[in-house]
Amino acid sequence: MSRHRVVGSSVRRIDARSKVTGAAEYCIDLAVGEMLHGRVVRSNRAHARLTGIDTAEARAAEGVVAIVTARDLNGLFPRFGHIVADHSILAENKARYYGEPVALVVGLTPQAAFDAAELVRVDYEDLPPLISTQEALMPDAPLIHQRTYERSASFVGEAQSGQVASNTSHAATLEWGDVDGALATADVVVETETSYPMLYAYAMEPYNAIAIHSGNSLDVYSSAQHPFMVREELARIFGLPASKIRVSVPFIGGGYGSKSYTKVEPLAAVASWYTERPVKLVLDIEESVYTTRADSAQVWVRSGFTSDGRIVARDFRIDMNSGAYADNSPLVIEKAVNRCFGPYRVPNLRVHGRSVYTNTAPASSYRGFGAPQGNLSGELNMDQAAESLGIDPAELRKRNLVRPGEELLPGKRPMDADLAADLEMVVSSLDEGASDEGRGDGYGVGFGCSASDAGALPVSTALVRILADGSVSVQTGSTEMGQGSRTVLAQIAATELGVDLEGVHVVQSDTAMTPFEWTTGASRTTTLAGMSVLRACDDLKAKAVDMTASVLDCDPLQITIVPGGVSGPDGQVLHYGKVVSRWFGAPAGEITGTGIVRRAGEHALLPPFWEIGMVGVCVRVDRETGHVTVDQLVTVGDVGFALNPAQLEGQDLGAATQALGAALYEELIYDGTQPINPNVVEYRVPTMSDMPRVTTTLLAERRDGIGPYGAKGGGEGAVNPVGGAVASAVARATGRWPDRLPLTPERVWLLLNDHADAP
Amino acid sequence: MSAADTWTIRARVNGAEVSTTASVRLTLAELLRSHFGLTGTKVSCEMEVCGVCTVLVDGRPVSSCTYLAVDVDGRDVLTIEGLARGGVLHPIQEAFIDHFALQCGYCTPGFLMMAKALLDEVSDPTREQVIDYLSGNICRCTGYRPIVEAVLEAARRMKERD
Repeated sequence: MSRHRVVGSSVRRIDARSKVTGAAEYCIDLAVGEMLHGRVVRSNRAHARLTGIDTAEARAAEGVVAIVTARDLNGLFPRFGHIVADHSILAENKARYYGEPVALVVGLTPQAAFDAAELVRVDYEDLPPLISTQEALMPDAPLIHQRTYERSASFVGEAQSGQVASNTSHAATLEWGDVDGALATADVVVETETSYPMLYAYAMEPYNAIAIHSGNSLDVYSSAQHPFMVREELARIFGLPASKIRVSVPFIGGGYGSKSYTKVEPLAAVASWYTERPVKLVLDIEESVYTTRADSAQVWVRSGFTSDGRIVARDFRIDMNSGAYADNSPLVIEKAVNRCFGPYRVPNLRVHGRSVYTNTAPASSYRGFGAPQGNLSGELNMDQAAESLGIDPAELRKRNLVRPGEELLPGKRPMDADLAADLEMVVSSLDEGASDEGRGDGYGVGFGCSASDAGALPVSTALVRILADGSVSVQTGSTEMGQGSRTVLAQIAATELGVDLEGVHVVQSDTAMTPFEWTTGASRTTTLAGMSVLRACDDLKAKAVDMTASVLDCDPLQITIVPGGVSGPDGQVLHYGKVVSRWFGAPAGEITGTGIVRRAGEHALLPPFWEIGMVGVCVRVDRETGHVTVDQLVTVGDVGFALNPAQLEGQDLGAATQALGAALYEELIYDGTQPINPNVVEYRVPTMSDMPRVTTTLLAERRDGIGPYGAKGGGEGAVNPVGGAVASAVARATGRWPDRLPLTPERVWLLLNDHADAP
Repeated sequence: MSAADTWTIRARVNGAEVSTTASVRLTLAELLRSHFGLTGTKVSCEMEVCGVCTVLVDGRPVSSCTYLAVDVDGRDVLTIEGLARGGVLHPIQEAFIDHFALQCGYCTPGFLMMAKALLDEVSDPTREQVIDYLSGNICRCTGYRPIVEAVLEAARRMKERD
């Protein structure tokens, strides 16, 4: 079986050739016949009643086919939202944030729609804008949503729908032990408050979709990560059975969580429904910022320790600015609550989290998913405690890390990772990579740990088919968005069936053609979709055995499975293609194997796995300018088993690089009622010249996951502790503790020069 | 200027003489994508800072998202679709595959065209030169390290084949 055992080796990406030749198709590249083009008219007020929309001039413009407003959606369910259906497809009575869709112009060309959008006149009556969580939580603050909304029936996840008695969209609490008592008797109590910035994921392909509504069916091409969730939302909007809706996702130009759930699909779909023509809608980057950004957070923590560095209690409060609509923020705050206190043994814990509606762009998932926001405070707090206690910060962590098999969250899966060993890998790698110039003045080291309850709901299904020529088709509802799932799932099928990788074709994410997958998120694909593919191969092999026994007229027990096929009683090998041909009596037909993962057996305990984040950084601070240079970055991917090590290292380096962006450069800034930097010029993401001098991406493979071959998920863990690690490193380089990210030169300069009013 | 103003553009695109009549407001990226079906050239920031739309005009890299289509009249355009010749990948393309220098792939055409421009100019670049030259291209997935390695490797391979 060795030649076909392609798991564990860095085989090349099977989509690489199409991506280097320009042949790879993304949704934005698609066109369908007679297609119209949409352009969104957006609110230029943050909070205002809509008193009138005058579309006459725009409607009369050359090349305009229709203008759609909320009033035109008669007979449709006019909102979406997979947790709380609070999100109007087009603003109904009021606009709740600057940039909210108010009307949709549909034209013969993108240019015609663009020009006519300028001609739509919207009258507003301003309401008080609530931009910050503090403003939104004032006792006399107006309600951004005056009513409650339907909780989405299809959502069986971990979050509850919000109550609309205040602007708190969702509250979450986690508590055990006697926190106040323990803090009162602790030897040392350390308090930390941090701000985590408002971020924009900047997936380089902007949100876009094509919708084709005809009769009682709807076909949608989209840049969505979770086509099945989008299908449910569209089914509710149009009152159609899910089977009549096809959501198909080609390659995605970056997702990182920002393309989770439903975004522009309802807009394109209602335009197609209204005009009875296919409609393509492509947002630009500014509009993409208005569509989804990540939750910013204010986090307070107080931790008590014994003098020898044992945690006795931790007390957290988290307020997230979640924007005008809930989207996935209720789940983001739940996860932030679960993840903020770190992978430590905390005998007494209290976490209160709130996701708050404000008049800003809706916030939702972004890589790390609630973890980076809380981790910054939690880990900075550990470093401050280490200083107060006079204990080495790595040693302090080691004294408190949960051990393999120990419970981190009561009733949840016990820790399936060796955290102390991972931390040791980081610390020794930082030592090895130290620069020749030495550390000295202006140099600081920081590291951080995190554990995320990852994997989401373990519901995954897969089809594996062997055709008469022996080639293999794998069908999965899991989306390829760059993370490399197409390659990894093919590696699993090739290994399990003992066939050449070149003969395996993977078809992904088409709700009419591929079987159900809950989501492509929470780092789940290798662990859960991988397992359903593996089980589909098992099913297929069992069927091949039975079919061969029937053809050879022998007992199935006399048939053994060999690489690429089966072996009969006389040792005669029949390759799978031959089994198909013999069984069907012609070179025709196929064997279909199905595999499922559901919340039962080894998948009964949640989370499906703990995703570990373990990173270290060394920074150099320029005392003149406050500029921070990252000298070293170390990541450890604790993945159980690396099916494709090069792809995993790529995930970790990419994740950590995005997090360095948040730590040093990136922040979406609201000045007044609108963001002042909704573009890639002023929202600065890391470039090649920002790369650390040394990047070390380590993998820990202890076969301790429940995924195929002992695998666990990766790809997000390396985001989570980077912010805290950089902040601690800067603290050690400057002698002052930062309390917010990003650590721009201006902020670091002010820190160095002791200005309490740092922005 | 009205939207109806058009211009007949004659140019060489990936080695082929082409002629089309297009609105004068069209960008080169729009022209390539909508008139010629060359969708390998992507668009993202539309402000000349992300580099995904990079194509070569008369051998020089330009941001096709802001370069007017009419300005290629009489010029030579090379896009990602023209980088491989007769099904044989360019060494830069091969090196990108070998080094996992792409994930989602959306930025890849721009990086490849920019890397080609670099190697056409400097056949044996240092790591610093690669970083300096490619810092105008954004990749959100890889963290850049594999891209730098791929470009250096491509330079080595091209030298060996010379």
